[in-house]
Amino acid sequence: MTAPPLPKQGPEISYREAVREAIREAILGDPRVFLMGEDVGRYGGCYAVTKGLLEEFGPERIRDTPLSESAFVGAGIGAALGGMRPIVEVMTVNFSLLALDQIVNNAATLRHMSGGQFEVPLVIRMATGAGRQLAAQHSHSLEGWYAHIPGIKVLAPATLEDARFMLGAALADPNPVLIFEHVMLYNMTGTLDGAGPVDIRSAKVRRVGRDVTLIAYGGTLFKTLIAAETLAKEGIEAEVIDLRVLRPLDTGTILASVRRTRRAVIVDEGWRSGSLSAEVSARITEGAFWDLDAPVERVCSAEVPIPYPRHLEEAALPQPPGIVAAAKATLGR
Amino acid sequence: MAEFRMPSLGADMVAGTLVEWLRRPGDRVRRGDIVAVVETQKGAIEIEIFQDGVIERLLVEVGTTVPVGTPLALVSGIGVGAPAAPTPPPLRPEAVVQAPAPRVPIPGPQVGRPLASPAARRIAQQFGVDLRALRGTGPGGAIVSADVEQAAKAPRRFDPAEMRRAIGAAMARSKREIPHYYLSTTIDITVAQRWMEARNAERPPPQRLLLAAPLLKAVALALRGSPELNGYHGERGFEPSPAIHIGVAIAIRGGGLMAPAIHDVDKLGVDELMAKLRDLGMRARSGGLRSSELSDSTITVTNIGERGVEAVFGIIYPPQVALVGLGKPMERPAVIEGKVLPRRTIVATLSADHRASDGHRGALFLAEMDRLLQAPEQL
Amino acid sequence: MTREEVRGLIVETLGNIAPEADASTLDPKADIRESLDIDSLDFLNFVIAVHERLRIDIPEVDYPRLFTLDGAIDYLMQKAAPPK
Repeated sequence: MTAPPLPKQGPEISYREAVREAIREAILGDPRVFLMGEDVGRYGGCYAVTKGLLEEFGPERIRDTPLSESAFVGAGIGAALGGMRPIVEVMTVNFSLLALDQIVNNAATLRHMSGGQFEVPLVIRMATGAGRQLAAQHSHSLEGWYAHIPGIKVLAPATLEDARFMLGAALADPNPVLIFEHVMLYNMTGTLDGAGPVDIRSAKVRRVGRDVTLIAYGGTLFKTLIAAETLAKEGIEAEVIDLRVLRPLDTGTILASVRRTRRAVIVDEGWRSGSLSAEVSARITEGAFWDLDAPVERVCSAEVPIPYPRHLEEAALPQPPGIVAAAKATLGR
Repeated sequence: MAEFRMPSLGADMVAGTLVEWLRRPGDRVRRGDIVAVVETQKGAIEIEIFQDGVIERLLVEVGTTVPVGTPLALVSGIGVGAPAAPTPPPLRPEAVVQAPAPRVPIPGPQVGRPLASPAARRIAQQFGVDLRALRGTGPGGAIVSADVEQAAKAPRRFDPAEMRRAIGAAMARSKREIPHYYLSTTIDITVAQRWMEARNAERPPPQRLLLAAPLLKAVALALRGSPELNGYHGERGFEPSPAIHIGVAIAIRGGGLMAPAIHDVDKLGVDELMAKLRDLGMRARSGGLRSSELSDSTITVTNIGERGVEAVFGIIYPPQVALVGLGKPMERPAVIEGKVLPRRTIVATLSADHRASDGHRGALFLAEMDRLLQAPEQL
Repeated sequence: MTREEVRGLIVETLGNIAPEADASTLDPKADIRESLDIDSLDFLNFVIAVHERLRIDIPEVDYPRLFTLDGAIDYLMQKAAPPK
């Protein structure tokens, strides 16, 4: 599945390059910023995001680490406590589980437990999601778990603009911020004409519509926009919301849209049970129950470890036809 | 337990369509409360209940057309001292237009809980739309907000052709069943006219009278002495009515006619009567008449008005037994004490039912009307 | 008030009383009771509405002056004019 091409104007840039530009800007702009992680230096990053940065900035600012997520995330927390502005790259969200203790028990709690004496201005970037036949240990979408944890912010850039500018906002935040980059987005290309700094507070309406609200984030946003185009051909005008910030959730934007359309479909590459989609659905029920015209629909991954074979992997993930069907179901069609 | 039935809102009504329930099972109701809205050939009519009690169960779903007399709801706890209102005996419907058999509702607490979305329910409550009258277009056939919004916008239907058919049917039955006799007399209303003009000259427009007010009052008072003209003819023959409720024929612009009642006209002052007449005229044309106003007239008066003709001979509106026709007020030459003088006069007619009275009684009634109108200040 | 304003007020009032008829295309010389099928009750309601809108007295003897649109405009302009 490839993302649809964006309008071609100005210099073409990929999502991968946009993230790289964001890191470059941060390092150039603030001497406290450095990047560390597995294979980020000599290898150039397992998704080639940091290619060329070691040559440009040297081993002080671009640091290869041992294969120990707990150790280097912990080191990042220590650096942040000590006044640095570290960017820690974790290869995939599956591997971040090795650093859960550092993230959940330390990074997320220290401000609270120190009575505000310490802050942890740490940014952790990691790849998430499936679609590249990397099998179950590299393909899961566990960002919803992190969105459960108070004390951290969780971002999911799904556009070139957010890939380019969310990092700056995350570094400016005095609290730990996790950025989830979906693996299927790295090759997405487009232009950044007129793009500039972004907030890390709000969800954004990516497509305006009146009949049904489709709520997506990260890797499902472009599948959802494709579904919206299909729906439009059948006379159904779907509104598409890009959550962008998974914690704290921008409930206001979601409710405002659903109150207008009276119908919602949540598209989440995580599994349905206990998922972020469940949380969004609950908030809609809490805040817009009397405005609903249909039960909230969800399109999630099949509840299996993500399979390796291409056809099974595709079958396990949310796809545009499933989103179209769910949207039509809310309309009784 | 008593049954609340589809009322007869006139002899021309054989069936009605329930368009809205305004009360729910468990609701306490008092005599005179409006409990439902029924669509008839006369438009949407608010239906009152004549018993105190509690609504136990609704028997007819919204949207159903049922014959007059069909039980609509069960009401319990009757007998708190409220006598049944005098209502005309129900007529046996000859033919029921568009009246499918009433759908038998499923008993139990699920009755009347249609599949409807939360938004549909909220909007329905806001606009007073009954969900049970709607067909859903949402998931699983659920009623959704758009269905309710559309229903809230839809105008209440009024079909002149339907009304014409209904009038035709009622009048044909009247002419077939009622042995009419007709009387006519010319009444000098010069005194009444002067009395009214003098009064009106001192009053701002909202307090002014029309000639119809003293005329109706005279009809009502004259009826006290002629009970054979006031009441209903039913299966047990004629039954006079102690109350005098006059149905006032009102022409519907664009065709059609209705005769809503003014209640207890003999007990109203002329000013009060005038206010009720104005109110009734407005509501007859804008909708909002009540069931009792359409069903319990004990006599009808048709007043042809200033732009009309000299005399009108009406057809009795069953089950009533008399109709008074009032022609256009005109200047006519009259002989008074040997002199020919111009006088303002009106031709009053009576169409009456020979099964209830004879011409002699009718003549006494018209003479009494004449006498009363010569002393308008005492009306 | 200008003649047009008075005309507008009359047409609007008649429109409320006889909503089925199109009062805006009235022949100014025709009897409005005929053109709009207005009976004496409607006419009284018309007089009351104009009385309440313009706060002027309209004695019953003057009713015939209101039977045409032109007549009604002339009459109401004269009555509504401030005393000289």
